[in-house]
Amino acid sequence: MTDLTEKSEHVAFPQDRSCPYHPPTGYDPLRATRPLTRIRLYDGRPAWLVTGHGLARDLLVDPRLSTDRTRPGFPATTPRFAAVRDRRPALLGVDDPRHRTQRRMLIPSFTLKRATELRPRIQQIVDQLLDEMTAQGPPADLVRAFALPVPSTVICALLGVPYADHEFFEEQSRRLLRGPTAEDTREARDRLQAYLDALIDRKQRQEAGEAGEGLLDELVQQRLSEGELDREELTALAMILLVAGHETTANMISLGTYTLLRHPDRLTELRADPSLLPAAVEELMRMLSIADGLLRLATEDIEIAGTTIRAGEGVVFSTSVINRDEDVYPAPDTLDWHRSARHHVAFGFGIHQCLGQNLARAELEIALRTLFERLPTLRLAVPPDEIPFKPGDTIQGMLELPVTW
Amino acid sequence: MRIRIDKDRCIGAGQCALTAPGVFTQDDDGFSTLLPGREDGGGDPLVGEAARACPVGAITVSEDG
Repeated sequence: MTDLTEKSEHVAFPQDRSCPYHPPTGYDPLRATRPLTRIRLYDGRPAWLVTGHGLARDLLVDPRLSTDRTRPGFPATTPRFAAVRDRRPALLGVDDPRHRTQRRMLIPSFTLKRATELRPRIQQIVDQLLDEMTAQGPPADLVRAFALPVPSTVICALLGVPYADHEFFEEQSRRLLRGPTAEDTREARDRLQAYLDALIDRKQRQEAGEAGEGLLDELVQQRLSEGELDREELTALAMILLVAGHETTANMISLGTYTLLRHPDRLTELRADPSLLPAAVEELMRMLSIADGLLRLATEDIEIAGTTIRAGEGVVFSTSVINRDEDVYPAPDTLDWHRSARHHVAFGFGIHQCLGQNLARAELEIALRTLFERLPTLRLAVPPDEIPFKPGDTIQGMLELPVTW
Repeated sequence: MRIRIDKDRCIGAGQCALTAPGVFTQDDDGFSTLLPGREDGGGDPLVGEAARACPVGAITVSEDG
């Protein structure tokens, strides 16, 4: 491999999946050129694509790669992303040392212990949603009746956002992540920001005795008033926590359910031995790699894997390809509860690794276990290839999931 | 076995406590810490895996007592 500007046929990235739980077939050539290859982005720009597991782990901890999208030359994978790169999202759009300050304010609320404490509440939410779904069906659209409301309700409770507003913020999140035009995406972001601004205003006006118990209330009272966070930064944090807190897990529940229904032997095995569930959740995370295409910009020359990534060049991480590196995961395209799926990069790696991963694991375990326990005859209501799923340029998941039981 | 945790580097992901719950936990601030009495790893074979699971390389394990 020489350098990024060398003329050759670069594979286009991202591409649509043809099966919702496998990487796009158009990425097959990328597997043959591990661990690093060149791609062409939608705007014609070339970028590096990391496809090897070991190299991904090395580069995701490398401080010479920036996640600050406002830097000139930062790679964009969609016109939608380009439309909102004028402002950095909190956490995942901020480099250290500021990132570190932001993250440290939040980690006590997202520990393994905290996720464990939330399990009874998550179970209650899951039970109630299944009560409502079974009272009205069969059939049902599992996305609308279950996959989306589970994490949406949980994150509202955790943050102190009124669930009564869920239709509004779910709709803005949808437009933000897969709106039809760049303009639409920008407008959705601005509407969501205005909503959260007003919510934080209300929380600021509350007297100490009547304050809510959500994480946003706590940040308003302890960090904003102490000057550790400014208003703009707090709103940005609220936005990322709310959007990332429901969209990603919703997609894992819908796509995870679809994948299990398409692998009846694995589902039978899981039902027979529920102790396999935590391993199954990790394996589903690896297999589905719903956030495929983490973006970075090289701020210095990096000599690695026999080549030089030059300062100013874009680096993209294809989690779906990395998580199927056969040197790490033998028979990588096979769903296997007994492999060690540990060390997958579905939650990312390095300082930006998913803050909500422990909560996500708890939600997924409870949602999937309870769904299949309560509805032992759960099945797809239409032929599998008629069920629409999300295009390749956003977080992967099902658009609808018609089920019956 | 000697286990060192660089708390300055720790991002509170909780991977260590998830991977080797018999040795690691998270303190009130969310940082990785060793369970009382398990400072030497207690021979837990998962300690190495926990170090490898740490997304920021904050855990180092050595055999030199």
